[in-house]
Amino acid sequence: MSVQTYTPREFHRQAHDALGNPQIRANFRKAMDGLMSKRRDVFSDWDLDALRELGANIRQRALARLPELLEQLEANCQANGIRVHWAQDGDEACRIIRELCEARDAKSVIKGKSMVSEEMHLNTHLEGAGIEALESDLGEYLVQLNEQTPSHIIMPAIHLNTDEISEIMHDKTGTERTRDVDYMTAAARAQLRERFMAADVGISGVNFAVAETGTLCLVENEGNGRMTTTVPPVHIAVTGIEKVVEHLRDVPPLYALLTRSATGQHVTTYFNMISGPRKPDEHDGPEEVHLVLVDNGRSSIYQDDELLDTLRCIRCGACMNHCPVYTRVGGHTYGTTYPGPIGKILMPHMMGLAETRDLPSASSLCGACGEVCPVKIPIPDLLVRLRKESVGEGRGNVPGAGVKRHRSEVLAWKGFQWLATHPGVWRSAMAIAGKLRGWMPTRLGGWTDYRSTPKPAKTSLHALVKRHRREEGSS
Amino acid sequence: MSSRARILQRLRDRTDGALVPPESDFSVMTGRGWGVQERLERFERLISSVHAEVIHTRQASWTETLAEVLTAKAVRRLALGHEHPVPAEARAALHEHEVDLVDANRDIEAWQREQFETVDAGLTSTGGAIAETGSLWLWPTPDEPRLTSLVPPLHIAVLDAETIEDTFFDVVEAHEWSQGMPTNALLISGPSKTADIEQTLAYGVHGPRELVVLIRHREEST
Repeated sequence: MSVQTYTPREFHRQAHDALGNPQIRANFRKAMDGLMSKRRDVFSDWDLDALRELGANIRQRALARLPELLEQLEANCQANGIRVHWAQDGDEACRIIRELCEARDAKSVIKGKSMVSEEMHLNTHLEGAGIEALESDLGEYLVQLNEQTPSHIIMPAIHLNTDEISEIMHDKTGTERTRDVDYMTAAARAQLRERFMAADVGISGVNFAVAETGTLCLVENEGNGRMTTTVPPVHIAVTGIEKVVEHLRDVPPLYALLTRSATGQHVTTYFNMISGPRKPDEHDGPEEVHLVLVDNGRSSIYQDDELLDTLRCIRCGACMNHCPVYTRVGGHTYGTTYPGPIGKILMPHMMGLAETRDLPSASSLCGACGEVCPVKIPIPDLLVRLRKESVGEGRGNVPGAGVKRHRSEVLAWKGFQWLATHPGVWRSAMAIAGKLRGWMPTRLGGWTDYRSTPKPAKTSLHALVKRHRREEGSS
Repeated sequence: MSSRARILQRLRDRTDGALVPPESDFSVMTGRGWGVQERLERFERLISSVHAEVIHTRQASWTETLAEVLTAKAVRRLALGHEHPVPAEARAALHEHEVDLVDANRDIEAWQREQFETVDAGLTSTGGAIAETGSLWLWPTPDEPRLTSLVPPLHIAVLDAETIEDTFFDVVEAHEWSQGMPTNALLISGPSKTADIEQTLAYGVHGPRELVVLIRHREEST
């Protein structure tokens, strides 16, 4: 299998390639159809509106108190024996984590799933320092074996089917070629158990960080998260600053929304709540626990009342599962850590609109993402906002604002505006266009790639109606 | 200025001004109003749907049921604590049984490979359970450490029927978890599983392959 790198700059080319790949389209179509129906079923006996309202409200409350809650989280974590570190960007977070590893002379790191660590390219950074970082979530492990990045934030290997996975495992780990999923799962279990025992450091993400008690909550099915946070002598948790919630009682509603929205499960196998390192009388668990709080653009999003809603996200992936664009082009096409609708409203802040110029417009604004979002993020409105920012018609507070502004486009719209508000000139222009219709060019850039050339009518509708009325009057 | 100070300052000097925190209405999370029998049925239905095995037994004779499970599952080495009544009673009852009883309350460094490679099952008590989602809740202790419910391929959890509550929210509130959390608190809902290979469900990926829940009933309630 060839290893390809993706970039948001090449979105259109990548989308074109993905649309022409029947394997990719079949894998995503099948998976997303299943996820949509499972989500619908699992919420059937809930007052979903009330639950989403509560979810949005809890996240909004946390954001309203964000600076105080971060300080409270830090104080309570420290009181529990968890050391807290702050990073303004991904590079600083990578450096902090590398130094923590080096302080323990660590050579081998085992990782639980963490999208923030993907966002800051932690594995590459650690490998550059001679520290091996191995993913332990089965999907992440497969993607890493295949030298790829995740194509979905919850199901990282969703772009691969059973045969492809069998081939990857055979190539990289020497297992038999098979369609037996239990055999492949057991093989990965055996391979990774050795690595859990040998790892010097475990690195995980965080789903919710509770300010009130200094507790880090992790949601998972496999048990690799519990292994990562319990077996190695050091546990480093890394998370975005927006993941904090105020109270412990805020956690059950968000957890209820997360698992049901993500995979249609009532609950995951494990909900792991960590409030400190091993105590002197305890017999297992890490000796050290660290929490790395990463900003990486989040405090910029935080400045603006409308953009703020982006930070309510609990990373369930429901928006991508329900997105007609994501389902057809797959996760890699976006070329960003977070794909799909949430990626389209988040990545422009992290990478700038110059890099991500095609993302906010890669949407039909059908509204499905906003309808299913468990914390009611108005994703379509935010897409429109980012489109405005990219052509310089917004508030100018997104990096790269105005990058898509072209003088010719601005002039064209200004001209149209003038024409359309001057009826006399408009009618003459339409009459002339009708006369010149034979001169219409046959190729009009992107428009004619998939469509026939539009041709002005010989007589405008306006003129036709006028004539019709005249004839009616005379008869 | 430190990164911490810079981040906090940026958040405090917010361009669009201070935000007003909204009040929250949690009523959708509580007040299910289920009876004892309904809670029990829901718990059993949900945890069974994710592959856990539920076995009903009585307070007075639960260790006999445990012995039967160990025999049926061909468990040769069982890890468990000493002090909690669950492992204490199990130890007292099993000393005639052929199973080897492995001390779980030892520093893991002394027996990591032994635990990973030679222990067939781990026995633990539970704090209670949640009917709505079919979940057990556990607060591991020095006597019953964290890995006992994770590393061995079979986890046997002992649950008292009357400790099943309606929702996770109810548990957090009723037991005042916010007043003091242990090093590690866990919800466990079934054996370890994955659907990462083309959404095909497979059990026993990193944690236990099997979860057996022994539900103990008081004499009068059965």
